[in-house]
Amino acid sequence: MFELLGISPPALFGQLLLGLINGAFYAMLSLGLAVIFGLLNVINFTHGAQYMMGAFGAWMLLNYAGIPFWGALILSPIVVAAIGMVIERTLLRRLYHLDHLYGLLLTFGLALIIEGLFRRQYGASGLPYNNPLPGGTNLGFMFLPNYRGFIVVASLVVCFATWFVIERTKLGSYLRAATEKPDLVQAFGIDVPRMITLTYGFGVGLAALAGVLAAPAYQVSPTMGSNLIIVVFAVVVIGGMGSIMGAIVTGFGLGVVEGLTKVFYPEASSTVIFVIMAIVLMVKPAGLFGTAK
Amino acid sequence: MTSATSPMAAPREGYSPLRLLIALVVLAALIAAPFLVYPIFLMKVLCFALFACAFNLLLGYAGLLSFGHAMFFGGAAYISAHTVKVLGFTPEIGIIAGTLSAALLGLVTGLLAIRRLGIYFAMVTLALAQMFFFFCLQAPFTGGEDGLQAVPRRAFFGIIDITKDVNLYYVVLAIFVIGFAIIYRAVHSPFGQVLKAIRENEPRAVSLGYRVNQYKLLAFVLSAALAGLAGATKSIVFQLASLTDVAWQMSGEVILMTLVGGMGTMLGPIVGAAIIVTMQNYLASLGEWVLVIQGVIFVLAVSLFRRGVVGEVLAFVQARKEKAAARDAAP
Amino acid sequence: MRFAAMLMAAASVFAVTAANAQSPVKVKIGVLNDMSSLYSDLSGPGSVWAAKKAVEDFGAAAKGLQVEVIAADHQNKADVGTSVARQWYDVEGVDMIVDTPNSGVALAVNTVTREKNKVFINSGAATSDLTGKACSPNTVHWTYDTWALANGTGKAVTKNGGDTWFFLTADYAFGHALERDTSEVVKANGGKVVGTVRVPLNTSDFSSFLLQAQGSKAKIIGLANAGGDTINSIKQASEYGITSSGQKLAGLLIFLTDINSIGLKTAQGLNLTSAWYWDMTDANRAFAKEFSAANGGKYPTMVQAGVYSGVTHYLKSVAALKSAKDGAAVVAEMKKMPTDDKLFGKGEVRADGRQIHPMFLFEVKKPSESKGPYDFYTLKATIPANEAFRPIGEGDCPLVKKT
Repeated sequence: MFELLGISPPALFGQLLLGLINGAFYAMLSLGLAVIFGLLNVINFTHGAQYMMGAFGAWMLLNYAGIPFWGALILSPIVVAAIGMVIERTLLRRLYHLDHLYGLLLTFGLALIIEGLFRRQYGASGLPYNNPLPGGTNLGFMFLPNYRGFIVVASLVVCFATWFVIERTKLGSYLRAATEKPDLVQAFGIDVPRMITLTYGFGVGLAALAGVLAAPAYQVSPTMGSNLIIVVFAVVVIGGMGSIMGAIVTGFGLGVVEGLTKVFYPEASSTVIFVIMAIVLMVKPAGLFGTAK
Repeated sequence: MTSATSPMAAPREGYSPLRLLIALVVLAALIAAPFLVYPIFLMKVLCFALFACAFNLLLGYAGLLSFGHAMFFGGAAYISAHTVKVLGFTPEIGIIAGTLSAALLGLVTGLLAIRRLGIYFAMVTLALAQMFFFFCLQAPFTGGEDGLQAVPRRAFFGIIDITKDVNLYYVVLAIFVIGFAIIYRAVHSPFGQVLKAIRENEPRAVSLGYRVNQYKLLAFVLSAALAGLAGATKSIVFQLASLTDVAWQMSGEVILMTLVGGMGTMLGPIVGAAIIVTMQNYLASLGEWVLVIQGVIFVLAVSLFRRGVVGEVLAFVQARKEKAAARDAAP
Repeated sequence: MRFAAMLMAAASVFAVTAANAQSPVKVKIGVLNDMSSLYSDLSGPGSVWAAKKAVEDFGAAAKGLQVEVIAADHQNKADVGTSVARQWYDVEGVDMIVDTPNSGVALAVNTVTREKNKVFINSGAATSDLTGKACSPNTVHWTYDTWALANGTGKAVTKNGGDTWFFLTADYAFGHALERDTSEVVKANGGKVVGTVRVPLNTSDFSSFLLQAQGSKAKIIGLANAGGDTINSIKQASEYGITSSGQKLAGLLIFLTDINSIGLKTAQGLNLTSAWYWDMTDANRAFAKEFSAANGGKYPTMVQAGVYSGVTHYLKSVAALKSAKDGAAVVAEMKKMPTDDKLFGKGEVRADGRQIHPMFLFEVKKPSESKGPYDFYTLKATIPANEAFRPIGEGDCPLVKKT
C-alpha cells in the first residue's frame, strides 16, 4: 500500500499518458468493429488478423519495395481494405440472410487461415521494424518517445474524423439510415450493397491502420492480432455498439484504466478489462453507451 | 437463434427398430474397437466427442453460441488432476469434483452471459473464458505453462486397474455413454422441447409464459457440467492438465467439431470430433498447415454445408423419403 | 486396414528376430518439437536437420547401426506431445525422442518415456525440474536449464559491477523460477534486488513496467521472461531511452533467433547466457555453414546444436551396447561414457541426467561491429563446466539420493 501512496503526481501523470497510448489501439479497433457491426450486423473476428496484416503490410512494403513508414501508413491500410472488400463480396455477403452467428464463425475461420499462412511464411517469433521517429521529448514528468506521441495524435485525429463523417455529414446520414432501414434507403436510389462493401473496407482499413501504427512500437508477428482481439471484444461489450463516440471514449478510457492497473496491481492488468466487463454486465447489460437490442 | 437458422434444425429423430439395431451395432463396434485401433487415440476421440455433444446441447438445441467452453473443459481438468495428484483421491472422485466445479463455474458464467443475446453472448463468454485462462496461468496450483503433470492412474473405484489402456478405455466408454444418455434424455424431454421453442422464437416462448432465462441458465449449467466431465476424464487419460485445455483455441475447436458434424443433431458432434481429432493426429507433421486447414474447413462448413456431415445425411434421407412418399401418393 | 497393418507389423517383427544374427541394430529416433509456432525457429525443422546430420557424421551404417529419423509437431500442447510419444513408442517402434522445447510438453514426455523404458534427450526445454524433482533414469537434459541461465547471467553481470537489479518477471511458474534463481545468485555475489514487477504473459505494451524499472534506479533490469515478451520489452526499453541512459538489460532466456528478430540496433549491449554459439570454433563455423545452406540462410541455435551433440552421444552408447531396446540401460551407458563431440567438446552426463559443459556469457554487438549475417555476440566470460549447472545435491532428484 505504501507504493500506492508513494507514487508521485508526475509519475502518475506519466502512467496516465501511457494508458492513453494503449487506449489509442483499443479505440481504433473497437471503432472499426462498431462501424462494421452497425451496417453489416457482423462481428468481425478477422479484425485481429487484419490488424496483423496491416503491420505486415508495412513490413513488406519496406523490405520488398523500399517504401518507408509514412508511405506504408497510407498504402498498407488501402491494400488490406481491398482484400477485406473482396472477402465481403465473395464470402460474407452470402450469409446476410442467416443468423449473425454465421458471420462470426466465418470470420473466425478466416482469421485462422490468415494467421496460419503468415506463420507458415514468416515464422512465429516476429520481425523487426525500425522506429520512424526516433528520439523523444522530456516532458518534465516523463520521457515521451516522439513516436508514442505521434500514435496518440494520429489515432485521435482518425477517430474524430470518423465520428465527424458518420454523425455530421450527408454520407454519414445515408449510412445511418441504411443501418436502420436498408430497403427504404435502397428505394431512394442508393446502392446499399456497395455501401456495405465500402463500409466493411473502411472498418478493415481502420484495423490495418492500427496495425501499421503498432509495427514500430511492438513486434510484427503473426499472433499479434489474436491476443488483442479478445480484449477489444470486451471493450466493445463494455461500451455497447450503439454509438461511434461510445466506442472511442470506452477505448481510450479502458486504456487508461489498464494503465493504472499496471502501476498499482500489475498482476491483474491482463484481466482488469474482463472484470470491468462483468461488472458492467451486471449493472447495465446493454453496455455503457448501448441501447438494449 | 432466430428462425432464419431453421436449416440447422434436424429432421425428427425417434425410436424405431432400425435405430435400435444401429445403436447396438455401434455399441458392439465401440466395445471391440480397442483391439483394432490404438486405445489412447480412441479415448481422446471419446473425450472430445462428449465435449462436443455437451457444447451442442447449448448451440444446437438452445441456440446459444458459447465461445468460452474451454473454461469448463480445462477448468475441470485442472480440478480433477489436482484432486487425484495432490490430494490423493481415486480418479472417480477427481472426475466428480471436476464436473461439479465446472457446473459451478457454468452457473456463475451463465448468470452473467445470458444477460446478453446472440453475438454479445458469444463475446461475453469468450471474454470470461480469457479471464479464466489468465487466472489458470497465474494461479500457483495449476503449474503455469508446465501444467499438472504425471497424474497417477489409481484404481478406479479402488478396484478397476486403469494402468492398462484397454481397461481405462472401457471406463471412458462408460463415462461417455452416461454423458451421452443424459444429453439424449435432456433433449428428448419437455425441457428440450422448451429449449427448441426458445431457439426458434424467443418472444413467443416468453409470451407463452416460460421463464426463458431460467431454461437457458439450466441448459448452460448442464452443458458446462458435461463439458467438465469430458475435461476431467481427459486429464485422467492423458495424466495431465495444461493450459491448452483452457485456451481460446480449444473453444474454437469444439465449435468446429460441432459445426462439421452437424449442430442440432445427436450424432453430429461425435462424428465431427472423430473427424477433427483424426485430422489433428495424422496431420501433426504438417505443422502450421493444421491451423490453415482448420480455418478452411470452418469457412467451407459455414459457406457450403451448414448442416454438417450428419445433418446433410439426415436431410438427404429425409428428402428421399419425401420423394418416395410423394411418388406413392401420386397414382 | 488397421488390423492388416498390425499383422504386417507383427510379421516384420518375426522377420527381424529371425534375421537378427547378421542384420544391423535398428534404431529409430523421433524428433518431437514445435514446427509451427513460438519455438519453431529455434528448434523446429532445424533440429530435424541436426539430428539427421549427427547420424550421417557418426557413420552409423559402418558401426552396425541402421538409424531412421522421424519428426512430428507437438503444437506446444502437452496432450498432443504425449499422444505422439505414446504412439511412437507403442506403435512405431521409436527408441528415443529428442529436442522437445516447451517445459510442459517436455515434462509430459519425460513421464511417458520412463513408463515405456525408452530414452528422452531434451535439448529445447528450460525447466530444471527435468533433472530435479522429475528426474528419471531414462532422461538426459542436454543443453541448458533455468538454473544455468540464471546462474550464468546473474553471477557474471553482478561481478562486473551490475550489483543492483530490478526484475521484469513473466507472471507464471517459469518466470517466477527464473526470477527466484537469479535473485539468489545476485545476492550470493554481493548484489541487491531493489524491486520486481510481475507482468502478465503476452502483454504487448511494456512501457508502464519499464518506467517502473527506470524509476527504481537499478543498474540492471533483469528480464525473467521469454519469446515475444522478451522481444517486446527489449524493443520498448530502447524506445524509452532506458538503455541509452545507462541502465543495462540482462536477458535470462534469449536465443540467437530472438536477436535476429529484434535487430542489432535495438538489442546492442544486451547481456545473455548461452550454451553454444556458432562463431566460436572452426568446427562450429563449419557446422553453421552447412546448416545455413540447408535451412534457408538461418543459423543454428544452441538448441539445434544440442540436438546434434545429444544424438551423437546416444548413438555411441547404442553402438557400445549393440542394442537400443532397453532405454534405462542406454542412458546408464551414456552416463558411464564421457561425452565428446565436435560441437560441445568434452563433458559428462551426471547421475541426475544433467549433461555438463561450460556456459558462456555474451554481449550483443553494435550494428557497426557485426560483419555478416548472425554475427551477433561478443564473448564476455566463460562459466566453467563445474560451476555452470546446479550442484547435483541441490536438485532433489530421487536418483541421486539413492546412491
